[in-house]
Amino acid sequence: MAGLSRGWKWLRRNALPIYACLAVAYMLIPIVVIAVFSFGATPKGKLTFGLDHGFTTEYWSSAFSLPDLNEALMTSLRLAALSTAISTAIGTMMALALVRHRFHGRRAANLLIVIPMATPEVVIGASLLSMFIYYSFALGFTTLLIAHVMFSISFVVVVVRSRLIGFDRHLEEAAADLGATPFATFRTVTLPLLAPGILAAALLAFALSIDDFVISNFNSGTTVTFPLYVFGVALRGIPVQVNVLATMLFALIAVAVCLVLWQQRRAERMAAVRPEREAAPIPAPAS
Amino acid sequence: MGLKQRLVPYWLLGPGLLWLVLFFLVPMYFMGELALRSGTLTTGFTFDWAWANFPDSLSGHAEQIVRSFFYAGTATVLALLISYPLAYAIAFRAGRFKLLLLFAVIAPFFTTYLIRTIAWKTILSDSSPVVSVLQTLSLVPPDGRVLATSGAVIAGLTYNFLPFMVLPLYANLERLDLRLIEAAKDLYSSSHTAFLRVTLPLTMPGIVAGVLLTFIPAFGDYINALVLGGTQQAMIGNVIQSLYLTQRDYPEAAALSFLMMALILAIVVVYIRFAGTGAFMGDEEEAT
Repeated sequence: MAGLSRGWKWLRRNALPIYACLAVAYMLIPIVVIAVFSFGATPKGKLTFGLDHGFTTEYWSSAFSLPDLNEALMTSLRLAALSTAISTAIGTMMALALVRHRFHGRRAANLLIVIPMATPEVVIGASLLSMFIYYSFALGFTTLLIAHVMFSISFVVVVVRSRLIGFDRHLEEAAADLGATPFATFRTVTLPLLAPGILAAALLAFALSIDDFVISNFNSGTTVTFPLYVFGVALRGIPVQVNVLATMLFALIAVAVCLVLWQQRRAERMAAVRPEREAAPIPAPAS
Repeated sequence: MGLKQRLVPYWLLGPGLLWLVLFFLVPMYFMGELALRSGTLTTGFTFDWAWANFPDSLSGHAEQIVRSFFYAGTATVLALLISYPLAYAIAFRAGRFKLLLLFAVIAPFFTTYLIRTIAWKTILSDSSPVVSVLQTLSLVPPDGRVLATSGAVIAGLTYNFLPFMVLPLYANLERLDLRLIEAAKDLYSSSHTAFLRVTLPLTMPGIVAGVLLTFIPAFGDYINALVLGGTQQAMIGNVIQSLYLTQRDYPEAAALSFLMMALILAIVVVYIRFAGTGAFMGDEEEAT
């Protein structure tokens, strides 16, 4: 009895962490399923709902053997790279303006950045398509790029902004005091300190672009991205290679996120040392 | 400050704002314009102030609209119930595992949304162990299935938008001043009362932000209904999608998505009036 009540007490005290572990496991279930089924043997090379045929590494060794899938993946990677480069550049500039400057129309600018994030993807896709239809604009890679940059900008601004708000401007002033030109200060002080934030924003933009199905579905024309390919073959049966590539992409992005987090923590640790040093008593001038 | 200095923010904002105006605001105008046309794909659509498209688009799809509210609402409530304790645990009880847990919460984003949802289709498929467990527990009738039911779509929506609920809640809880809870306990409040009267009201901004960030995308979603539901689970997003891309009845499709945008915009504007844009931007600087 005593053991039972002790067990109950322990359970009550640790209910929250146990619950957190269960919830996190729930978050990870589909990822595990995707990875496990990438090793599942199936008679026709198409995903099935069971693992009755045992396991194989066959699809990992033939990961890039489907030309259509390769092409879709390459299109997605190219699209994501371009849209990340553009949205990160102009989003960072916007974040700098919003945090560093007070100007007329700041509230309106904020609103224009926030509202796209709160708009359902269907509406964004549909409205862009409406405009492209009006101008009889040919749908394809260009329209996809326009759309992807559009929905990435807001997220880039939010991430870079949060980094900028905690920024110690004394460092820039110090550089200026030491005779650095504004450009040199930006290049040698501001940019390196902002780098983790910009990198995180770029990573988010990349993930958003690679992941997007809904908006792309409206504006792709005959261009096929990775998610559009998966959707297209879903009825006929999804090749197991899709799971292989999805697992590879997951691993790639997860490693990149870890690197960014590690870099961010290092930057924070470096920044965290400073206040202590400032607080240290200034040695009395030896006179 | 010189003129050149004052123009700096506009130069910095210029390209981005231009992009958002040209490819977010202007398309909204064209969607409204398309919604006021009439005709068919073969004869072409002519602009003739066809206001009737708006009520028509609503009345023809009342069922899917009601269903979207119900599915998205239920998914949002479930996500809140699942997320609050999780966010609380990450903020206060995780210790050195905090970063790892946060990483796990956003990990689903590293796989494609569509593939993730298809994975749930595998998990909930008729022969899966999950379904047999549910059948043993009599939660699902012995010959019943989980796929192609409302439950499957709601479960999918809840899962897919969970990180949008956890992150704002966590951000809010993380900033919570724990001394206030201690003060409540010093004044002989029970943990239960302290939570209801101190913690919960103080985390209301996070709850509201999380609810909006979950409800809005869930309301417009059509992937979950498409992959996990059957013909009886279609949501408003499915209707817009098929009107635009399959039936090509552009005016009705445009009218419907225009109304959806108007509804969402109304919710967001009311919210921003009370809370500022800060909560969406991840800080409270703007909140006045």
